[in-house]
Amino acid sequence: MAERSFAKEVEKLRLGAGDEYAGEGILAITKALLQCGVGYVGGYQGAPISHLMDVLADAQDILGELGVHFEASASEATATAMLAASVHYPIRGAATFKSTVGTNVASDALANLASGGVTGGALIIVGEDYGEGSSIMQERSHAFAMKSQVWLLDPRPNLPSIVKAVEDGFELSEASNTPVMLQVRIRCCHVHGHFIAKDNKRPTMTVAEALDSPRRDTGRIVLPPASFLHEKEKVEKRWPAAVDFIRSNRINEFFGREDGEVGIVCQGGMYNSVIRALQRMGLADTYGETDVPLYVLNAVYPLIDAEFLEFCEGKQSVLVVEEGQPNYIEQAFAAMLHKADRGTRLVGKEYLPVAGEYTGQVMLDGIGGFLRACAPQLLSSEVRAPNKTGQGDTIPDLSRVVPGRPPGFCTGCPERPIFAATKLVEQELGKHHIASDIGCHLFSIMPPFELGATTMGYGLGPASASAFNSPDATRRSISFVGDGGFWHNGLTSSIGNAVFNKNDGVIVIVDNFYSAATGGQDILSSRASNKTKSTKHPITEAVKGMGVGWVRHIDRTYDVPKMQATLREALTTEEKGPKVIIASSECMLNKQRRERPLVDKAIKGGERIVKPKFGVDEDICTGDHACMRLSGCPSLSVKSLDDPLRDDPVAHIDQSCVGCGNCGEVADAAVLCPSFYRADVVHNPGRWDRFLESARRAVIGFLQRRRETRRLSFADA
Amino acid sequence: MLDAVSPLRPDGDPLAGERVIKLAVLAVGGQGGGVLADWITAVAERNGFVAQSTSVAGVAQRTGATIYYVEMARDTGRLPVFALSPSQGDVDILIAAELMEAGRAIMRGFVTPERTALIASSHRIAAVSEKIEPGDGRASSDKVRATAEMASRRFIAFDMEKIAVDNGSMISASLLGALAGSGELPFPRESYERTIAASGRGVKASLAAFAGAYDRARGGSAPIRNPVEPGGPNDQAAPHSPVSSAEAAYPEKGDPESGGPVRGPDRLLKEWQALAARVAALPEPVRDMAGRGLRKVVDYQDVPYGREYLDRLERAVAVDDAERAFALSVAAAKHLANAMCYDDMIRVADLKTRSTRDARVRREVALGVDAILQVTEYFHPRIEEFCGTMPARLGRYIEERPKLSAFLDRRINRGRRIRTDSLAGFAALWVIGGMRRWRRGLLRHSVETAHLEKWYALALDHVPTDYALAVEILNCRRLIKGYSDTHVRAHSKFDRVLSALDLLKGRDDAAEWLRRLREAALKDEKGDMLDGALKTVATL
Repeated sequence: MAERSFAKEVEKLRLGAGDEYAGEGILAITKALLQCGVGYVGGYQGAPISHLMDVLADAQDILGELGVHFEASASEATATAMLAASVHYPIRGAATFKSTVGTNVASDALANLASGGVTGGALIIVGEDYGEGSSIMQERSHAFAMKSQVWLLDPRPNLPSIVKAVEDGFELSEASNTPVMLQVRIRCCHVHGHFIAKDNKRPTMTVAEALDSPRRDTGRIVLPPASFLHEKEKVEKRWPAAVDFIRSNRINEFFGREDGEVGIVCQGGMYNSVIRALQRMGLADTYGETDVPLYVLNAVYPLIDAEFLEFCEGKQSVLVVEEGQPNYIEQAFAAMLHKADRGTRLVGKEYLPVAGEYTGQVMLDGIGGFLRACAPQLLSSEVRAPNKTGQGDTIPDLSRVVPGRPPGFCTGCPERPIFAATKLVEQELGKHHIASDIGCHLFSIMPPFELGATTMGYGLGPASASAFNSPDATRRSISFVGDGGFWHNGLTSSIGNAVFNKNDGVIVIVDNFYSAATGGQDILSSRASNKTKSTKHPITEAVKGMGVGWVRHIDRTYDVPKMQATLREALTTEEKGPKVIIASSECMLNKQRRERPLVDKAIKGGERIVKPKFGVDEDICTGDHACMRLSGCPSLSVKSLDDPLRDDPVAHIDQSCVGCGNCGEVADAAVLCPSFYRADVVHNPGRWDRFLESARRAVIGFLQRRRETRRLSFADA
Repeated sequence: MLDAVSPLRPDGDPLAGERVIKLAVLAVGGQGGGVLADWITAVAERNGFVAQSTSVAGVAQRTGATIYYVEMARDTGRLPVFALSPSQGDVDILIAAELMEAGRAIMRGFVTPERTALIASSHRIAAVSEKIEPGDGRASSDKVRATAEMASRRFIAFDMEKIAVDNGSMISASLLGALAGSGELPFPRESYERTIAASGRGVKASLAAFAGAYDRARGGSAPIRNPVEPGGPNDQAAPHSPVSSAEAAYPEKGDPESGGPVRGPDRLLKEWQALAARVAALPEPVRDMAGRGLRKVVDYQDVPYGREYLDRLERAVAVDDAERAFALSVAAAKHLANAMCYDDMIRVADLKTRSTRDARVRREVALGVDAILQVTEYFHPRIEEFCGTMPARLGRYIEERPKLSAFLDRRINRGRRIRTDSLAGFAALWVIGGMRRWRRGLLRHSVETAHLEKWYALALDHVPTDYALAVEILNCRRLIKGYSDTHVRAHSKFDRVLSALDLLKGRDDAAEWLRRLREAALKDEKGDMLDGALKTVATL
């Protein structure tokens, strides 16, 4: 189960024609798929498209009624390969994943899919996670569209536009026999808005009907000579068909005056930011009415030469607003102008940054710079030559005061003790080369653990340590991979590779029962029962099946001394070949969401429940914070004492503590200090509990009184 | 950088249309920033506005800094073009769910003096980088507050986390209350409350937290009617001194010189009075610290130990100087007490078996009437601790024999979890705590006393030549803390810092350098910064 329940959202999928949908962008896309009569949907979870997957996973009833097949694919390559169902059959299919990381994985299937082309509409919805707050590198999906010759839609970021883009995408795909990529940026996926719904449509052909009447066409299979013909077909048939569809259906939009001397061309996704910059310069109103001619590319690939050249007619200069680099669109437009021998001056990255996110300030500076240089008459005198230089000179710089706050492990995270143990083992045996992977466990690279040297891709942690396999070395490499990455790609690329090449390194598989970083989706080794998926396949069995001889399973990661001992053994054993440690404990975020309501109910219902919480004796804590250097838990923090005798703040555990045990285990394993205690509250104690309690309290009370009446006691001590 | 030009976007401008209100929320993941943004959007829609909210979820749950962004405008039937992220200098209301996040908002340019109302919870959530320093690595809240005053049109700050916790709710509810109370949005209070009620979960607690913060924000903003500097740039700013001073003030303690209420047998109380009289006879600036130190050492050991403490302290007072406000004696009063109350097994066992401690734990877990408390303590004794608790000669005998030490260590050195709510566990610690009476004869005591005397003498020896340096030598005691390895490392830092003394002696700025070395030593675990600083000292 995903960490969020989407029961409410699922109901929105049932809205009919004329109803108003209100909600998140990515869920609007989900609804649009059903309105388009999609026959099957697959994908791999990841921000910002996880919710699309999660909602469909919770919407099995609706999908069943419509005859739509939904799959949580094993990887983005699987999801894209799934679109093969649209090659011979007139079934609309959709695949979705995070881009560009997912698109990289999907590339092989994408190339083959694009080569043969499709009969039914094939839509690839890529959640573009670019810029601030992103966990991935800033590459462009655009490049994938170009190299595979698939079309790329980049709609304006509002719900009606992205819903329309889904409809356009399927039609464009069918009109040009080409898969279409629909790119939605992360903020657009999470935007809250409205659109008027349509009725859901049953697919014209379901996968069941296709299975019962199989078809094949050798001409669509990627093998010579057909594959050579595909290359010709792409440029001679499919491209012109796409250009024709985009132009005749007015996929791209024009705003503002027609006769201006200057104009702006932007990707659809950049439209709101462009308008905001114009609004701030007094050149557009709240609703986007503007004096500046705008050409908005809701389809960024292919580009429509005639449309663009018409836009440039009579304009002295045109600014291209294209986020990301290389600037493919700008280059293509420049070539068009050059070949058409036009005098219009084309600018883009001269005024806007070559790389990085186009934020509000960047847009204001860039478009402002362009207009000041090329059309100053449009601007008021304040904008043309501002007197003010900004407020920055009077307000003190806080960059040396405000601490950074990167994401880290949650309160009670079961991965924390794994890295605490690793840090302790390194203190004992020295530094090691550590290869990290993608997933929550990558937070190990941050303070306080600062473990891990590289991250090469999902499931590729151990693979990225494969060079470090030398009989001359005295130390072994350590590599991490999560359960998500393990099933995505790691089993073969990392474990299989290590077995085959007799890698002598240590591999730690961090098993938290979910694909946790993407929102807690179930995977093969999840422990929960799932109605529609087959779970509970142990990683240990898979690893052994792969041929690993040295396998250790730790089924409670919070046991730091055991984790430490197992790592030590793995690093020092005489045994050859990969040493695989599977460290399993449930993701605390998911566990709490699942268990907390149950526990509260049980306590209310009178059941005997023991609830743990940790605490610190502040008069025993010396304020060295060694515990925090092995934790970083949000619930373990520093607190000032109201005591002039003490200079440094002491450790303190707040109410958010879930009693995971890491503090006590680490204090023990690292021989830290005795200031931690675990307080177990026994709710609804039984009769025996009460009897024992009263007997103990009587004796303990007696001993305490005996001592305390014979010494001086200070009120505040 | 180009500034947005405000004269072009007043309400009356024909091009501006309906004014767009721009509101950003900066929060730490897990604080419920998403819930808040949803609430604000719903409130706006409830009041006939079109609203749009965006966020970058995902990592938000994982404790990092996150931004939620809402834009809204009166609904005219046409859809406004809203931006998807906040722009520098273009935010009307900035809500920060934690004080440093307010600082981050200012740093990123989302708060501007002519434009932005900054509503911030004044509580702190320390970032990992602040927590892991061996000293006090926390960022300066005062600097952020002072900057926030200057940077914002209006700054409303109080502890909204506390209001939320006190009402059994989340900070999202009290943040919404503060927003409503600020009156920055043109929406009535009821519409906020109805929105909370409609959300369906924990409604009662949320409404209570909302109301608490609402009243506080109104109260805090009351002085608007009495601008401090009429016509000045801050004439709209709400001086929040009533709020900040209330936060800053520490509750007054009882009279520290006499020690406040002391309980015990008459005989001991009489002896205590004599000691208290000695404290009262000390120069005024020393009394407070000496009183606290005395209480600490007597609580740690016994009344004669308090006498020892005062004997030592009076050596510093004798050579001290009223001109210098008795800085030497104050430092001595503080650090002598800490040095004399070294952390040994006896002290830990004593503290863990007191009735006051039991009461504190019960308070902390808010133990219900029907519930039972079980407390597990985590100990990991080693041979060093074992020998420390032996009579000095026996302890030394063992320590001097590595084989014997190792043999014993194998039997002692492991984690022990002791249940202090059980009879056996409590009794074991109670007995160890009772060894207090023999403490003076134990190995650890002789080691600690020797170390103390050496350090104290070193400091006092420097008084005639360099008073300030002597004070700094005393202050170096701050370095010694922790248990086991941490304690060893602390001693090594202490020794390394004082090793610079020979190089520094005679310099005018010797005290200043020693202070810098000490602060460097508190920056990281191993003392890398200290080593760097020592190298600098060597080149002086």
